[in-house]
Parts: sequence; C-alpha cells; structure tokens
Amino acid sequence: MSIRTITFDAIVVGGGGAGMRASLQMAQSGFKTALISKVFPTRSHTVSAQGGITCAIASADPNDDWRWHMYDTVKGSDYIGDQDAIEYMCNVGPEAVFELDHMGLPFSRTEEGRIYQRPFGGQSKNFGEGGQAARTCAAADRTGHALLHTLYQQNLKNGTQFYNEWYAAELVKDDEGNVCGVIAIDIESGETVFFKAKATVFATGGSGRIYASTTNALINTGDGVGMALRAGLPVQDIEMWQFHPTGIAGAGVLVTEGCRGEGGYLINKDGERFMERYAPNAKDLASRDVVARSMMMEILDGRGAGPDGDHVFLKLDHLGEEVLHSRLPGICELAITFAQTDPVKEPIPVVPTCHYMMGGIPTNVHGQAIKLSGGHEGEDQFVNGLFAVGEVACVSVHGANRLGGNSLLDLVVFGRAAGLFIEDQLRQGMTQYEPTDANIDEAMARLNRWESSTGGESVPALRKELQSVMQNHFGVFRKGDLMAEGVAKLADLRKRIANAHLEDKSGPFNTARIEALELDNLLEVAEATAIAAEGRTESRGAHSRYDYPDRDDENWLCHSIFDPKAKKLGKRDVNFKPKTVDTFQPKARTY
Amino acid sequence: MKVSIYRYNPETDREPSMKEYEVDTQGKDLMVLDILALVKEQDQSLAYRRSCREGVCGSDGMNMNGKNGLACITPLSQVAPGVLEGKKPLILRPLPGLPVIRDLVVDMGMFYNQYEKVQPYLQNNTPAPAIERLQSPEERAKIDGLYECILCACCSTSCPSFWWNPDKFLGPAALLQSYRFLADSRDNATEERLSKLDDPFSLFRCHGIMNCVSVCPKGLNPTRAIGHIRSMLLERGI
Repeated sequence: MSIRTITFDAIVVGGGGAGMRASLQMAQSGFKTALISKVFPTRSHTVSAQGGITCAIASADPNDDWRWHMYDTVKGSDYIGDQDAIEYMCNVGPEAVFELDHMGLPFSRTEEGRIYQRPFGGQSKNFGEGGQAARTCAAADRTGHALLHTLYQQNLKNGTQFYNEWYAAELVKDDEGNVCGVIAIDIESGETVFFKAKATVFATGGSGRIYASTTNALINTGDGVGMALRAGLPVQDIEMWQFHPTGIAGAGVLVTEGCRGEGGYLINKDGERFMERYAPNAKDLASRDVVARSMMMEILDGRGAGPDGDHVFLKLDHLGEEVLHSRLPGICELAITFAQTDPVKEPIPVVPTCHYMMGGIPTNVHGQAIKLSGGHEGEDQFVNGLFAVGEVACVSVHGANRLGGNSLLDLVVFGRAAGLFIEDQLRQGMTQYEPTDANIDEAMARLNRWESSTGGESVPALRKELQSVMQNHFGVFRKGDLMAEGVAKLADLRKRIANAHLEDKSGPFNTARIEALELDNLLEVAEATAIAAEGRTESRGAHSRYDYPDRDDENWLCHSIFDPKAKKLGKRDVNFKPKTVDTFQPKARTY
Repeated sequence: MKVSIYRYNPETDREPSMKEYEVDTQGKDLMVLDILALVKEQDQSLAYRRSCREGVCGSDGMNMNGKNGLACITPLSQVAPGVLEGKKPLILRPLPGLPVIRDLVVDMGMFYNQYEKVQPYLQNNTPAPAIERLQSPEERAKIDGLYECILCACCSTSCPSFWWNPDKFLGPAALLQSYRFLADSRDNATEERLSKLDDPFSLFRCHGIMNCVSVCPKGLNPTRAIGHIRSMLLERGI
C-alpha cells in the first residue's frame, strides 16, 4: 500500500442536502468529520429541487396532522414503503423544517408570517377523506437551491472539513466485509488517497443519468449504488424509477409539480384537460406515477402534440402574470430558455422524464446499511461502518412511488437522523476496522484497470449506448420480452465496458478519468434496475408492465432485494408496524 | 462551425494556447455546454466543469466571445452575432482574473474566501421559537433578488476592482450575500456585519462599473445591493 491515508471519525460522501445535513449534525458534535464531494457542494443536484418540502407544519391549515401526511405517503408508495420509517419522517418532519427556518432558509411567507405551503400531488386531509391538502413548504420555486445554500452556510459556520472536488471511487472493506472507508481521488491534482473512518456515510444521490432523457444533473451517476454493488452489497426496490410528468420535451429539464399545485393543468393536442378522465377526483394532482402513465396513454393513443405527437402541454397562462412571476419565477426562466415558450402566454410542451430513484441501499431509520440475510423482519443485519442517506438510500419512505416534496424531507430528516445516531455511537466508542494492504489493493483494482488500458471503445460512446438501452427497454411502460432483450444488451455492454479505454491519463483535473469511473457506476445501477424490473412480475407504483398489469399483493407486497453476486432478485418484508399509529392496510389505490 | 478553446494542462504545457475544433451542430441553436460535450467526444482531454445543465448550480461559468456567462443557458445565437451562422468562431476562455487549473477550469479559492469572509449564514442570538421565526411577506420580499445567487463567479471575475484586489475587495458576489443577511429580518448581527465592511477596500473599492449587473446569469443586481450597504454604513456613521 503506497497511498496516503487521511483519518477521520466519520466521512460523508456527497455534498447534497442529505450529506450536508448529516455532516452538520456531526460537526456540531465536535467529532472529526469530513465531507467528500465530487463537486463544490452547492453544485449538487439538490439545488435543482423546485417546488418544496412536504411537511405538516400546520401553516396553510392549522388543523393539519402529520398522520395525514403519513397516510398519503403510504398510499403513494403503493404500500411497499416501510411504515415505521414513514411514521418517523412525517412525525419528526416539522422539527426538521423549523430548524431549516432557524438556519436562515428563505421560505416564502403567508400573511401571518408563517411558511408558505402549496398543494402538491397525492396530498389529502383526514386520511383521504377531507379533500386536497396544501402541505408543501416552498421558497418560491427554488426550494432546493435555498435549502442547499442554507445547509452549506451552516456547515461553514460549524467548521465542517470539506474535500470539495474529490471523487470517492471505491469502498474499502476488511476481510470480514466491515467498511473501513473509501478510496478517493483529488480531482484537482489527481492524487489517490485512502480516507479511513469509523463511519462512512453515503449521500451520493441518484442515478438518473442511466436514462437518455432525465431531469437529473450530469453528475447523477449512481456512484454510491455502484460502489455498494461492487462491494457485494444488495440494493432494494431498484426497479422503481419515478418518471416525472413534466420534463420539458426535448430538453428533459424539470418543471415543478408546484405548477399544477398553483392551478396549472395538462392538456392534449385537442386542448382537452385529459386528467379528468384518468383521476376524476385529484385530476392533475394525482400521484406522479398515475399522471405520467396517463400522459403516455394520451401520446400512445395519438393525442400527443407536436409534429411527432410526442408530448402534451402544461397550461399556466390562466394563472396570470403576477402569480407566475411571484410563485413560479424559475419556471418562467426555464421555459423561455429551454422551450422558447413564455408560460404567461402559451403552454409548455412536457413529457414524462426520468426523475428519481426510489430504490437504493436498504437502511433502517438511522441510515445503517442492511446486508443480505434471511429477508424477514427482525432478521436484518447491518454492514458495520456503512450508512446511507437521501436518494442513494432506500429506508424506504417512498416505496414504489415517491410523492412530490417528500425527497427534500427525506434528505433533512434522515441526514439528521444518521448524524444523531453516529454521534451517539462515536460517543459510546465505535470500532475502526483496519484494512490490510490486500484490501486496499482490491479497492484500487478498478482504478488500475482504467490506468493500464491501452485501447478499446470510448467512454462517451458506451455511455450513450447504455442510456439508450435503458430508455428503450425500461421506460414508463415495461414488458417482459423487451426487458429480457435489455438485460442481454446490458450483459454485452458489461463485457465491452470492462475493456474500454481511458486515453487521457494525465493528473490535474482529468474529467475523462472521472467520467470513466462514473460509467462503471452507471452500468451497475442499470443492470440492477434491469434485472429487478424483469423480476418483479406485477405492476405497482412506478413499475408498470403490460404483461402483468395488476398489483399482486399475494406475491409482491414486499421489497425486492437484488444480490449483485448471484445477479438474482430476492424478497424482503415491508414494515407494517408503525409505533404510534395503527397500520395502514393496503387497499385499491385511486385518485 | 469553428470553436476556439483555451487549452492548458500544467503537466505538459509550458504556456496556454487556443485550440480550434470543428463541430457539426446541424444548424441547431445549441447551448454552449452542448458544444463543449461535442468537442469532448472528439477530444476527451478537454476539462470543464458542469453539473445541472439548467443554470441553477453555477458550475459552468466561463468567458464566451469576451463575455462571462453560464455555458448551459447560453444559446449560440446569444453569444455574438454570426456565431450561430458559422461566420465567426465560438471563442471559449476560462473566467478571467482567477488562476487556471486546467483548460476552462479556474481555481475558485479566492472567490470562495471572500464569500466566507462575509459570514454568509443567519445569525440570531435570541432563542429560537418552537415554530419558524415569523416574517411578513414584505420583510421576506427584501431578500428577493439576493438569495438566488448561485456562486458562479461570473460577476466577480468581470469586475476590474476584483481583478486588482481579489484579496482585499470582497467583490460583487460576496457583497450581494452580505446584503442578503443584512436585509433578512431574522438576522440580528447587523452592527457586526457593517463594522467588518467599514474599511477602504472590502466594500468601498466598488466603483459602480456595473459589469456584475450586465453579466449576472440570474439577472441579479449586486451594484444595487452594494449601494444599500453604503447607505447603511453612512447612516451608521452619522
């Protein structure tokens, strides 16, 4: 082992909302904490979140109740969200959101001076009986930006040690599989370093870049999922990908659900408000999976707009210039820039676009990573030293379909929870697992493979091909034979990527090297997604199959668990035992 | 079309040079970031930063045919007349005034240092209530046009005062953030914040050139914010 070692109590990989909420918690406790981020933290993808953070803070409705939010979230998840985790998130949520205000997050305000809340999809009062709720706390339509900058500022204030523009490439494990830290590359110099820590927290975000068309940032390459899978750790519900109803057609840029919350609605090429047919009650504010599917049906039935009939429209002009410019200023900018459309005057062309990874590294509410075991409740075993929070984790609060505004809440609640737990564990004395030289060499193998490559296909071409396989074989609607074909294509890509070429081997700010390492991660996520999607023989939430059109509670009211070593799909029980409320029993899901 | 890009790799180059590329846009009015992706397919050694590709993360600030901006939201047609038609080359350089690490990637250290100096976080030493600190819509409106800054550095690196004194003059981005907290009704560190700015350089090196305003990709107005701070300092002095 010839590389430098840097030692901390805890390291956080990823500088988005979840990572910075976790690091903030630990920095406040005085433990030696580092945050490793491949971009300067405020460039993380949390910055793109628009509409808000859903939480029952009882501003818009003084009688609002976190249990109603919990009901909506369980129903939204199509009943495979873990009810103990959803209970924790919805219950602790208000405290976590008020903390954000105290930290300085510039929320929009009501006349009473409280935080402004807007309606979002899938929200209800009184357990679905009381009509539409307005529960999403917003800072105009820039809530993610406001949240991310606020968390960065607080981390500055509290002295978190940042390793910005450092790329975590691989987990380091000892012979027993305990996590000892990560191998990371200083992008600026090219130096490779071993970060040793008692606790390694993955907060690496999503992997939307496995699809050709996505709302996700270019950096969302599934680095955490890739590292976990290569380390032989399982991922859960990875077939569950959310397609956001309103990505700008062609560009993929997100248009917030808050547009529909503020009164906007979708129309087909004939100008018909078609959601009235698919979701007579909630209409345009039905759950995202429902709206995305309805849009695709309109398009497939020939009622799509444009020369190729490949999109529908989001109509906002009836809201008036004042509302649009005060509540949705960012959307107006994005529509003009990316759709050459001024929403004040004309509707925005939109199409369902890959947006969010509901699956990920299975964890408990403290962020502890769960490893493969018996698969039944109470039998969970944890990976010593490894934690995951945010989009990379699958706690699971989103199940088969995430509700809008729940991702930001997930970030702050579980970033905070993991921070609190690790702080406590460190106080009690956590073990530092020590890797052998051979363990380090093993973690370096992939880097060394790229460094010694002398020929082969190029990274950009392979990436494009992978993205098009995922787009064409694992989209909004899925089908067994088409997916089997996709799985075979990915197996072929795996062989080719293993022989791909990194031409530029220079040290300083070599982004070609980073893109090559990211490609390995994209492949891991894509393959896990493909095998899990083919394996779940039912339709539930965002996973919708022509050949299995119905939800199958008898066989699939459970998490899927993908084992990367056997490349096989197993099952894990969903938690139906919240601590303070009665179980929400699965029922037919209509909006 | 022709693209001319500033290239410098400290490992192999003694000095920077401009390198020409030919890119086929198929006549489309692509964003400059799309052009960079096409160039990188040809030449993977090209280094630049990018993340959100929608103008909100602030990664890809650069100098395009003489003007700072974000590559991801700048269409060719807006760079300069004739670029889209291929009559003139697209010329890409790193943000001016900061040390170059490689190609279009600059060392943002000095820029971030100045940001940190203004204590860019809410300070309030009164006990926090059980809910949020109340703030009226009118009070909240005072931080509109301030909190939206994405720290892309387009403004500070187009400011001659910042070029001359990047260590002493805070620059428009940091000063905008300074005013963002001065203007927040929930912050009560006004006196401390103002006293830190009351020297000949930190703020008063702003000469109202307003390059910051003309380049800000988010349409913000640091000069106006600096004006507000000046007034506050003046009132405090009386």
